[in-house]
Amino acid sequence: MGQKTEEALVGLDGLKLGRREFGGLGMGVAAAAATLGTASLVSRAARAAGDKIKVGILHSLSGTMAISEAPLKDVMLMLIDQQNKTMGGVMGKELVPVVVDPASNWPLFAEKAHELLSVEKVAAIFGCWTSVSRKSVLPVFEQLNGILYYPVQYEGQECSRNVFYTGAAPNQQAIPAVDYLMNQVGVKRWVLAGTDYVYPRTTNKILEAYLKQKGVNSADIMINYTPFGYSNWQSIIAEIKSFGSAGKKTAVVSTINGDANVPFYKELGNQGIKATDIPVVAFSVGEQELAGIDTAPLVGQLAAWNYFESVDTPANKKFIADFKAFVKNDKRVTNDPMEAHYIGFNMWVKAVEKAGTTDPTSVIDAMIGVAHPNLTGDFATMMPNHHLSKPVLIGEVQANGQFSVVYQTPGLVVAQPWSPYLPESKNLIGDWLPPMSCGNYDVVAGRCLGRTQKS
Amino acid sequence: MQRDAHSALTVGLILGGALLMAVLDLGTAATSALHVPDFVVSLVGKYLCYAMLALAVDLVWGFAGILTLGHAAFFALGGYAMGMYLMREIGARGVYANPHLPDFMVFIGWKELPWYWFGSNHFWFAMILVVLVPGLLAFVFGFLAFRSRVTGVYLSIMTQALTYALMLAFFRNDMGFGGNNGMTDFKDILGFPVSARTTEVGLMLLSAAILAAQFLLARWLVRSRFGQVLVAVRDAESRTRFLGYRPESYKLFVFVLSAVMAGIGGALYVPQVGIINPSEFAPGNSIEAVIWVALGGRGTLSGAILGAVLVNFAKSWSTTAFPGLWLYALGGLFIAVTLFLPRGIVGSLAAGLSRLSQPSAAPLAVGARPEPACHAAPEPAP
Amino acid sequence: MTEGNRGKGRRLGRLLLLCLGFALFRPAPAAAADPFAGLASPDFSRIEQAVEALAASGNPRAAALIDALAANRLYTWRWPRPDNGLFIKEPDGGFVAARTGEKIATPPFPVIRPVIVNDMVRSAIEAARGMLDLLSPALAVRGKAAEALFEAADPASLKLIDVALARERNPGVRRLLLEAQAAARLNSAATSIAERIAAVKVVAGRGDLPARALLASLGSAPSPVARAAAAAVHQIDRTLALWNVLETVYYGISLGSVLLLAAAGLAITFGVMGVINMAHGEIVMVGAYTTLVVQQVVAATFPAFSNESLILSIPAAFLVAGLLGIVIEQTLIRFLYGRPLETLLATWGLSLVLIQTVRSIFGPTNQDVSSPAWMSGAVHLGGLTLTLNRLWIIAFTIATLALLMAVLSHTRLGLSMRAVTQNRRMAAAMGIRTPLVDALTFGLGCGIAGIAGVALSQIDNVSPNLGQSYIIDSFLVVVFGGVGNLWGAVVAALILGIVNMVLEPIAGAVLGKIAVLVLLILFIQRRPRGLFPVRGRAVEA
Repeated sequence: MGQKTEEALVGLDGLKLGRREFGGLGMGVAAAAATLGTASLVSRAARAAGDKIKVGILHSLSGTMAISEAPLKDVMLMLIDQQNKTMGGVMGKELVPVVVDPASNWPLFAEKAHELLSVEKVAAIFGCWTSVSRKSVLPVFEQLNGILYYPVQYEGQECSRNVFYTGAAPNQQAIPAVDYLMNQVGVKRWVLAGTDYVYPRTTNKILEAYLKQKGVNSADIMINYTPFGYSNWQSIIAEIKSFGSAGKKTAVVSTINGDANVPFYKELGNQGIKATDIPVVAFSVGEQELAGIDTAPLVGQLAAWNYFESVDTPANKKFIADFKAFVKNDKRVTNDPMEAHYIGFNMWVKAVEKAGTTDPTSVIDAMIGVAHPNLTGDFATMMPNHHLSKPVLIGEVQANGQFSVVYQTPGLVVAQPWSPYLPESKNLIGDWLPPMSCGNYDVVAGRCLGRTQKS
Repeated sequence: MQRDAHSALTVGLILGGALLMAVLDLGTAATSALHVPDFVVSLVGKYLCYAMLALAVDLVWGFAGILTLGHAAFFALGGYAMGMYLMREIGARGVYANPHLPDFMVFIGWKELPWYWFGSNHFWFAMILVVLVPGLLAFVFGFLAFRSRVTGVYLSIMTQALTYALMLAFFRNDMGFGGNNGMTDFKDILGFPVSARTTEVGLMLLSAAILAAQFLLARWLVRSRFGQVLVAVRDAESRTRFLGYRPESYKLFVFVLSAVMAGIGGALYVPQVGIINPSEFAPGNSIEAVIWVALGGRGTLSGAILGAVLVNFAKSWSTTAFPGLWLYALGGLFIAVTLFLPRGIVGSLAAGLSRLSQPSAAPLAVGARPEPACHAAPEPAP
Repeated sequence: MTEGNRGKGRRLGRLLLLCLGFALFRPAPAAAADPFAGLASPDFSRIEQAVEALAASGNPRAAALIDALAANRLYTWRWPRPDNGLFIKEPDGGFVAARTGEKIATPPFPVIRPVIVNDMVRSAIEAARGMLDLLSPALAVRGKAAEALFEAADPASLKLIDVALARERNPGVRRLLLEAQAAARLNSAATSIAERIAAVKVVAGRGDLPARALLASLGSAPSPVARAAAAAVHQIDRTLALWNVLETVYYGISLGSVLLLAAAGLAITFGVMGVINMAHGEIVMVGAYTTLVVQQVVAATFPAFSNESLILSIPAAFLVAGLLGIVIEQTLIRFLYGRPLETLLATWGLSLVLIQTVRSIFGPTNQDVSSPAWMSGAVHLGGLTLTLNRLWIIAFTIATLALLMAVLSHTRLGLSMRAVTQNRRMAAAMGIRTPLVDALTFGLGCGIAGIAGVALSQIDNVSPNLGQSYIIDSFLVVVFGGVGNLWGAVVAALILGIVNMVLEPIAGAVLGKIAVLVLLILFIQRRPRGLFPVRGRAVEA
């Protein structure tokens, strides 16, 4: 096939020359350019054939999300490199990473996913960060039966057969954090502050329902949304301050995203709000985000994750050392989504070996029940709902930009992609084992609402 | 005579190329050397939609001198109108299996459809919205702006503010358009599954046909008497006014027409890329559309199409071929074109050709005329 | 005032009494088994109790231990052992036994872990340290301790306050102590109703948020007290509402100054020269990264001056960005004069290249530009909280603008600039070297953008995307004010800032911003040349 495609390329090159000639008349040549596109894309695919397995990496390397996503590309390259060097690849075949740049552009995510699956024919894709990028590629994965490993904590309310969610569902991050504040710190009044998009909206909705169920008055809950990249926090923080002066211990639950965090914490520090006055627990602030902030005024602020770089286990020590050596930079940090990729990648390797093939249908089936040690100790297991069982850690910011763990859930927490606290999803579960094989099974109605296996 | 050939060749290439792609996709076996993968078909479809946006920008910028930095807003509005219809087509196949409400509305706890979603389950109604919404917005904005003679860079920045405001508005979940996630996971269009091969090919062919039609319409328009007045407005607005024309009416008409063209492009774009979200309103997108036109050749309709296809193809290709460096290539391309091909690709080639043969009377060459600096001498305040 | 604070305060009161007990009566040393035992516990509430007990124990090692705990230098066995071993890591890296202070020859490093503290323990540590402060010779320290007692409002501290009041001579601290006394009385069941109503008045006299919080928490007090408190809360709210108006204006001015600073460079390159400089935001970003580099260089070479590195960054950023501007002008812009719209295309391409270059050199992630001590924190002015970094930025903006205007109107360069931009050919005929002036003008605009980057590095992310978030707002400011008019930009930025901050609490941050944009579009319909159009005789712009 490779041979033939090369021939096609030559043939089409002829066409390219032809185009130049009548280009002189000033022609819009949609077809010719696109045909050239085909040729170059297909030829790339043809070049890398042979006894190799391709792995797609779909993380933005430019644009607004590069801040968060680009380091994940480095982790994936390291994991693939290690697998090749130590284990000789998978099933004796070398792994070849295929890196593309979806440039923080959501339609481009779908286009690149399509290209990776149908042209590069990758065995699995590790990628996406924002919810919208995942939503954008989802139909592509379902149509072409690809496998996506999604490494970021997210809002749930989704359970696709073609996606393995290695980040936290809301009950693996938000609810334990609120429990900690409620029971250990004695918080009575809550500010739910978030960026105006679907993850904070859902998380806050779940938390609001949860808090009310725990007997918190609506007057003691303040919800605030700000746009992406918001930097002018003065009046909102003043508002939080006065909300916190009602005589009850107040905490902020922050789902503020990415860029807006640095100005938020800077303003918090400058207005003199310390963690001992009004603690802030964040779900989107990890080591990577803190690397851009002077953490001295933030000491004691909280974050909830399934992994912290500071967790002292031999596996984590090795992972951090390997990563720093791989990127040749001592200052780089590791964070939760990196661990998610570490777990997801190793699980994929095990599933491929278990299935004896990279065929997506077999690998998807083989994935369920695969377990791999977390970097923080204990085992993560892939559940039938395509989410992991994970420990939940609450950490406090230290002056050195790391977190110290102040609380850990006693056991592992199994993800609930469909939140039991929301009326529209409380009857739903996801279970991709036969006989159910359904991503949104209504346990009350006793039927699958539609996300079944494509045949 | 020569210019008729120009139109025929453009249309022929668009339609012929699209047909060829369709045949190579559907008519050949997947293992054949000539086979075009489905992925490329939807990619080409996407480029053709961008070409409609570029054509629309060229019509107002190249021929009426209105530098719009917000045209992607009309494109996105058309896309949203189509997206609403596609969302309703999902019906009870959403994750919550709600037969009346799209998933994102179930999710934000709405019990019934807001009034502005009324009728969106009918295809014909959605098509009316595709034309009406961008057209109406362009009419209101243009009416106010051209009547008060907002021109030059003031107008450009206002169009930018317009698309920026729309982006922020559509980001809001409470708007009822899906917030940041927008609309996605479409199933059917007019009963055909959107992700089926034949549907993709059909949509691509339709895009090609509509692009060709838009091109012919624009071409006819700019070569008509109307178009000549338009060029006169572009080159000397006051002088045209003193001659008894009403430049604002000409500009308003072409602005609205161009918004509708962009809206149709957006409507075709959405089923082919499978998602519409507020980032389509991002000011950068509109600026990019202007750049496609500048690269292809401002004031040459076929140049706009060529620019859109070339830049987007370069982007598709380079983000895979050299993911870490493609911004250098793209940025460098823009700089190089400005410095070395000031009239764009088609404009420069046309100028070169006419120098070789005989001087052409075509009102194409825009870059040739130095534009007045925007600060130089403003007119007195009204 | 929060319950957490009150808990802290109660603890503080308890500790103070114990401490005073030691000071006054010198009882026999605490008989408890091992005052240190709880510190080795993995349970935070045990550590918390242990800190309180330790502070009260009068043990000579207590201060050293508490300091070590606060600084994360206290270690214990990684796996619990019956001796509850505690070790303090000295700054030189060696270890001493916590209980005795003796040096340990072989550091037990692999088998020990630091004792972790959380917010609760940290409060206990603060309280333990604060206890000694009320009797401190330093005035500021005593004032702070009295303020903490007020926030604590713990009846247990009443006796202590009496003791302190008897010794205190400074009127300011006395007033704080009296307020603290009133606050404590409010929560004391032993105080008579009349005294408590009087206390409400004293507390209400402060009129600030902590006072409001304390009074608002009195809902369950006996009804006359609760009524008086509710009335006082109402009164405070009315006063605070007034302050809020002022605060909003301040926030508006502060936002306006940020907008103005970001737009000032553009007002030169775009406003005066007519170059649609889409790379303006990226020049700002280069300024911010220059700040980063200067900070790192200073920290590496003269660590003593780290606090002042920001001052050094200002000229550095001006030079780097200005030189970059001149290079851009020489290699790109000068070929495009007379074709302003094409500068848009080229500078857009340039912005992509600059973003990617910075991303390649510094990486895609945020960089940490720390704020010097003199820019952190806030000053209180009546009911206003003015954060220092914003105050400095306002001052900095004023200084920059003043300097810029002086350059434009009082120097030979400024004169040439105005001449060239107003009538290039005439200026050339008068012997002005227009290409040189063009390069310098563009360099000046970029230099100003560079120093805007220094200021923005203090309040925003330093990342390759920094510039993108300011470019639209900058163009809006220049256009709203009237292209070519520096004063227009000043007024425009202030109006945009204040309107934005006024709308924000009413409509929310997103709708507020949308409303500002719509208002702006409508305004331009009324005045198509901005607030202050440059007047001329030509018909067409």
